[in-house]
Amino acid sequence: MPHDHQNDEPLSSSGHPYRADNDTTLSYWQVMEIAVRELLIEKGHISASQVHEQINRMDARSPANGASIVARAWTDPQFKAALLTNASQTSQDMGFDIGPMHLIALENTEKVHNVIVCTLCSCYPRNLLGLPPDWYKSRAYRSRTVVEPRKVLSEFGLEFNQKIQIRVHDSTADMRYIVIPYQPAESEGLSETELAKWITRDSMIGVGLPRAPA
Amino acid sequence: MKVRVNSHWPPGHIRTPAYLRGKQGEIEREIGLFNNPEQNAYRLASEQRALVRVRFTMAEVWGDAAETPDDVIEAEIYTHWLEPV
Repeated sequence: MPHDHQNDEPLSSSGHPYRADNDTTLSYWQVMEIAVRELLIEKGHISASQVHEQINRMDARSPANGASIVARAWTDPQFKAALLTNASQTSQDMGFDIGPMHLIALENTEKVHNVIVCTLCSCYPRNLLGLPPDWYKSRAYRSRTVVEPRKVLSEFGLEFNQKIQIRVHDSTADMRYIVIPYQPAESEGLSETELAKWITRDSMIGVGLPRAPA
Repeated sequence: MKVRVNSHWPPGHIRTPAYLRGKQGEIEREIGLFNNPEQNAYRLASEQRALVRVRFTMAEVWGDAAETPDDVIEAEIYTHWLEPV
């Protein structure tokens, strides 16, 4: 499921569909956005370069931010305890600008595996993980993860025996979530910087596991 | 604390997912006060409402169709949608 495409789409040489040209007319809200932006610029409240800088800043957010938090949690038990108690404050103390986001960190253990979904829309901790992957926003992921999480996880290549409890977290309202994956034994003793390379985006959503960097 | 989610179906911007309405769960933690999204979404003066995380078993939510009955779903629910059991 992580990589489904419609069958009738023409595919590029890499097997991905071409993105359709945006030849359709602007929607009501697109026109509204352009009008408001141009007015703000004309009236001197903001400049076009400030708008562009902000877009670049949003695009620059990446899972590396989340990975450094998890790496610290793996190496510093006190930090991990603080993160599990109040993830927003602890991330801010570490120097991450998480904006108005309210964050909860969820720890995977030998007995519990956490996975995150937003059934109502597509809430995602963008400040720590960057833009969400397309599948995270798909109706299939959003609806199936609460009904048959083990089946969904198996499609991502994860199999859990019945002794491990799956906890599905539905971001229904104001909180955002990050999973602290279970640290692989092979990575014990590595430095925080080295460990951060093991921590994938998917492992912080709960649909993947940390793995040795290639 | 055990709670049941109200089985109300009002129109509007509701952050209580349909699949959890009428279901019984346990408060996992209290999160704090937030502007009530049911008013906030329409730019109406909104009251602060308490938000909690509720843990439901798959057995409770999906009955006999549950994939693994002891797995759980946790979701944020505003307390005005909850009644004690």
